[in-house]
Amino acid sequence: MEFIETLLNGLSAGGTYAMIALGYTMVYGIAKMLNFAHGDVIMVGGYTLFITMGMMGNPILALILAVVCCTVLGVTIEKVAYKPLRGASPLAVLITAIGMSYLLQSLAQIIFGSANKSVDLMELGNISLGALQLSTYTVITLVASGVIMAALSLFVKYTRTGRAMIAVSEDRDAAQLMGINVNRIITLTFAIGSGLAAFAGFFMTLKTYNVSTTMGAMPGIKAFTAAVIGGIGSIPGAMVGGLLMGVVEAFSQTSPAIAPYTDAIEFAILIVILLVRPSGILGKKRREKV
Amino acid sequence: MKKIKWKHYAVYFVLAFCALYFGLQASAGELSFSTLLQLEQATIAMILAASLSLVVGFLGELSLGHAGFMCVGAFIGGKLSTILTEAGTMGEIPVLLICVVIGGLAAAVCGIIIGLPALRLRGDYLAIVTLAFGEIVRSLFRNAPESLFGGNLGIRTPRYDRNELFLIGFALVLVTVVVIKNLIRSKHGRAVTSVRDSEIAARACGINVTKYKLLVFTVSAFFAGVAGVLYSYSNYQVSSAKFDYNYSIEILVMVVLGGMGKLGGSLIAAAAITWLSNQLQLKLTGDLAVLKDLLYALILILLVVYNNAPALKNLREKLSIRNLMVRIRKKHDPSKVHDDDAKWDRIPTKIMVDEVLSVDVQVKSPYTPDKAKKEDK
Repeated sequence: MEFIETLLNGLSAGGTYAMIALGYTMVYGIAKMLNFAHGDVIMVGGYTLFITMGMMGNPILALILAVVCCTVLGVTIEKVAYKPLRGASPLAVLITAIGMSYLLQSLAQIIFGSANKSVDLMELGNISLGALQLSTYTVITLVASGVIMAALSLFVKYTRTGRAMIAVSEDRDAAQLMGINVNRIITLTFAIGSGLAAFAGFFMTLKTYNVSTTMGAMPGIKAFTAAVIGGIGSIPGAMVGGLLMGVVEAFSQTSPAIAPYTDAIEFAILIVILLVRPSGILGKKRREKV
Repeated sequence: MKKIKWKHYAVYFVLAFCALYFGLQASAGELSFSTLLQLEQATIAMILAASLSLVVGFLGELSLGHAGFMCVGAFIGGKLSTILTEAGTMGEIPVLLICVVIGGLAAAVCGIIIGLPALRLRGDYLAIVTLAFGEIVRSLFRNAPESLFGGNLGIRTPRYDRNELFLIGFALVLVTVVVIKNLIRSKHGRAVTSVRDSEIAARACGINVTKYKLLVFTVSAFFAGVAGVLYSYSNYQVSSAKFDYNYSIEILVMVVLGGMGKLGGSLIAAAAITWLSNQLQLKLTGDLAVLKDLLYALILILLVVYNNAPALKNLREKLSIRNLMVRIRKKHDPSKVHDDDAKWDRIPTKIMVDEVLSVDVQVKSPYTPDKAKKEDK
């Protein structure tokens, strides 16, 4: 029983990771860049929750506003910082993204101060299913992340825009020749990724009851690791990687001897997987042609 | 007689001059404690920036775990210096040298370990592996038995005379620069830059890409370790919290600000950033302290966008210092450029090579047969 409980807890944590990883992987697949500022979009989402909860006190409304705010932010970042660099060297784009991440963090620190802010979204109890004792939080995140991931998969697979996204990620120039507005698709990708980050921020705040300026940093790096484990650029890969990350974390935290090494274990898994499969579990191997 | 190109040695002269200038002042007792501390920090930053510049600027791979190598050097070197000082059989200088070498070697071993996956990965994947490596190292040192590396608090390291330490720092910077500069200007260095410009082309030319990537990672890690040992001597306490991801980024900012593939630039940027952040720390206290980070971020973004945005190419060319110099001197004459004038202190990047190749060579007085006949008569 304990095994199943740990597994479910891990899957729910993994759902949050997957949500963030999806943002990384979609942006990478389509814009071919690592959006290092993604973790900080989560943080902005968290602070939006803090403000809106203070003003209105309705978690659902707060979530909606956070999603809107993050989406707008993601699109703005793309327009201001990344778009001028399209066609420049990947390293330059990456460094700009790192700078953007710094900028958001320090801005948040100036506006809100460095102390944690407590956000009480809702009271969560426990649910017992037969012999299983689960917190409501676990159930909510499991269901919500499952629904979001399914919706995203369906969107990408069956809508015109979704298929255009796949086309752009396969070959940007060819997609452009087929009449796809690449710039619009890239903007849309940033919008969706940032919206997902807001959901992740909501789940994280739901669990810890507070927000801080660095709340997005470590989960961001871990989710990014998850995206790479799954094969960056691949949407199912990000889900698999995120869930794997959550489960590994949950299980290594159950044993007191291993618990301090949780981070090290997670990153070691990344290195091992990349050694065995250099493009991740579900990633496609791209041959470079001259 | 072979003409000596003084430009190549300018870095050494500047460094030696700085060391001499501050050394004389220190021996006269005119330098304050904070200035000495800043000098130490500057030398540490310079070693770090120079070694990272080797990976980022010359090999063209992004490393986000440079602080991890430094962490290894700081802990191993710091622990060793504590043990050796307590044993008390050797003088201070031999102990320091031994610690520097051992700390550097320990980091170099890590460099090989991280270099091995690097052989199979490239670009973004490699960047994330180095990031992961940095976090793993930090986590291992934090969770190691407290008797060994002191857990969260870290280890205490022996003191060293402040009036002398920065001179040792300068000496180590000099060693770093000599090694890296000579490595870059050698056959191996050209192989490394060719890997950066096109790995496939380099492979096709028979360059052992694997070997050179490993070489660069090892050398870079060694010097990061050396910087770590120096850090452990400069600070009386070494804790893993210092060597986080943000610190790696700070080193990267120095390299980017200095200009990729330009060693001298990285050194200047390292010194300038250390000075600037110290000044800002003094001026901006309390809540204003974060303004420093904001400023860093803005500078980084604006600089990278300005230097790389395709839309700003014309503006860049208009404002570039090189063109300004050419206009002032009006000496740039392609016919006077000799073949052996290759400037290895400024190895052209791929984009620059493309530009050079696409320039139409204009001959001033085109050779015409009629003219030639007249001259014959």
